[in-house]
Amino acid sequence: MANEVMLWQAMNKAMDIEMAADNSVFTMGEDVGLYGGSYRVTEGLYAKYGEWRVRDTPISEGGFTGLGVGAAMVGMRPVIEIMTINFALLALDAIINMATKIPFMSGGQFPMPLVIRVPGGVAKQLAAQHSQRLEHTLMNVPGLRIAVPSTPQDAWWQLRQAIQSNEPVIVLEHELLYFSKGSLDTNLDPVPMHRALIRKKGDALTLISYSRSVLLAQQAAERLAQEGIDIDVIDLRSLSPIDWQSCIDSISKTHHLLIVEEDCGFAGAGAEIAATLSERCFYELDAPVQRHTGLDLPTPYNGTLEAATIPTVSSIINAVKQLVQSGE
Amino acid sequence: MERSILKSMLKDMLLARAFEEQAAYEYTQGNIAGFLHLYPGEEAVAVGVLHAAEPGDYIVSTYREHVHALVRGIPPGKIMAELFGRKDGCSGGLGGSMHLFDQQRRFMGGYGIVGETYPVSTGIAYAIAMRELPEAVICFFGDGAVNQGTFHESLNMAALWNLPVLFVCENNRYQIGTEIHRHSKVTEVYKRACAYKIPAEQVNGMDVIEVYKATQSALLRIREGTGPQFLEIETYRLRGHSMADPGSYRPKVEVQAFKDEDPVTVMLQESLPEYPSAEQISAIGKDNIEHLSEHMHREELISPEEFQRMKQQVAETVEQAVQYAQKSPEPSMEEAFSALNCNRGQEVLI
Repeated sequence: MANEVMLWQAMNKAMDIEMAADNSVFTMGEDVGLYGGSYRVTEGLYAKYGEWRVRDTPISEGGFTGLGVGAAMVGMRPVIEIMTINFALLALDAIINMATKIPFMSGGQFPMPLVIRVPGGVAKQLAAQHSQRLEHTLMNVPGLRIAVPSTPQDAWWQLRQAIQSNEPVIVLEHELLYFSKGSLDTNLDPVPMHRALIRKKGDALTLISYSRSVLLAQQAAERLAQEGIDIDVIDLRSLSPIDWQSCIDSISKTHHLLIVEEDCGFAGAGAEIAATLSERCFYELDAPVQRHTGLDLPTPYNGTLEAATIPTVSSIINAVKQLVQSGE
Repeated sequence: MERSILKSMLKDMLLARAFEEQAAYEYTQGNIAGFLHLYPGEEAVAVGVLHAAEPGDYIVSTYREHVHALVRGIPPGKIMAELFGRKDGCSGGLGGSMHLFDQQRRFMGGYGIVGETYPVSTGIAYAIAMRELPEAVICFFGDGAVNQGTFHESLNMAALWNLPVLFVCENNRYQIGTEIHRHSKVTEVYKRACAYKIPAEQVNGMDVIEVYKATQSALLRIREGTGPQFLEIETYRLRGHSMADPGSYRPKVEVQAFKDEDPVTVMLQESLPEYPSAEQISAIGKDNIEHLSEHMHREELISPEEFQRMKQQVAETVEQAVQYAQKSPEPSMEEAFSALNCNRGQEVLI
């Protein structure tokens, strides 16, 4: 039975059910406890599970993310919340040098059931230091899994899968999605954490996206459909690993590929997607792969400029039309 | 102190010295590559601290960790094989000198990035505290590591949440080539712990008995529930920072001072012409092994014959370790990938 919920509520419910099921799960971060979490994901958990399992931390991202690594080595299941992805830059040593290297360089001796939840993306006029995307940096780290949920249902599934996984998983959450609504059916069998899903079907073009950009792409696809242009909208849901086969199947049908992302274009996530799919689908493509990305610019505070740095529904529509027409 | 503990510590110190000197030799022969950070001069720290620990305690160490691993009980052959990059090494040949691990012996790694041992230690300690176990975590770091952010972040959290961590600073007075007065305003490292209300003391790292006793009482306080403790152990490395470093930055005045303080006959009877000779090393520093062996001879706790037998046994152990390493095959690329994916379980990726 599906309910309409906000994305934060789906995550909150996922946290609760995993904490109830396994007492080695604990969460830690700035204001996750008494305050209830900056985006309410941990709301109510402090009262229910106590301070050892829902721990408010000092402002020490490197220190408490590294603490999560140490705890995971001895079988705990820490869920570390870093208040925004921008602060995760202070924790990259723990994420890159520690969490992903310890299982490998010990010759496979240690589990690393560590989840790092990080809100991010371009929100509303938070300026250059609070509006970054770091998926490209994290994707370049072997051994790190990256989930990018765009719906409450996926947030529910993927957070639970991340907590149950013995591998380090980053959950990239978009700050503008926490209060977006969608249906949640807690009885549905979960889709694998890294499986891409086709949000809308069509033959004219394959549009690949992830996180909030998928919602914009879906809106664009609805409008394009009214003009007779039907496209596949693929929600990757995971940036590492990537479900290449779903992408290839779609391209084999549409022969056009457009990648839409909020990340800066230069060496962004889309660069990897474009490179791999060009290699693997070259003879299926009727036109060069195109990327429609964020500008290579720190995010300006000014609202008009900020809005112009990332793809919008209308800019996506234009990009689709250009690509479809170029192949004709 | 019990004679058996003293003998055991002396043997471990001799083994540590012989193992490291053999590693230096193997490096010059091309059998060990990469960075190789050796421990001669500092043996009393690892030996004293780890003999006072319980098998249930966790050890988190730095990239200068061969001796911590040896004293913890990882077979010397497994350590030497790791230095050789072989499959039977304690990290499967994938870690190397700086990354020795042994989950079974709770040896939680050697870390190559300065300042990483603190958060690993507080994390393990957080798990211990949550599970209400009587165990402790021993966190090693050098004097050069105390200016990293994680030092302050982790000491604060350990104290704030009363975590069972014993912080052990191996103060050898140098961060690679920068002497402590040039890298720290406050050079008495233990004083920094008071900012976090962590009980701390300075210990003479040339005296293994003093190190043992200080560790024993610090661990007792941790198990009584008084939270983290801090030891600054003053020591001196006889060699340069790594095999790539001849240590020539150390002033003659300092060398002379150490020489005047406690001239020694170093253990290195079979020292190598390629790397600091016995004379050169003895000119640099006082020696903690002599400190203990002289004490034991003086108190008639060990006979000269037994001491000779002990040295002979140690030499044989090191020789066997090298043979074990030489016989071990190299790891395969498949093994490297299975280490990367060791926690994936049965999941099949599409």
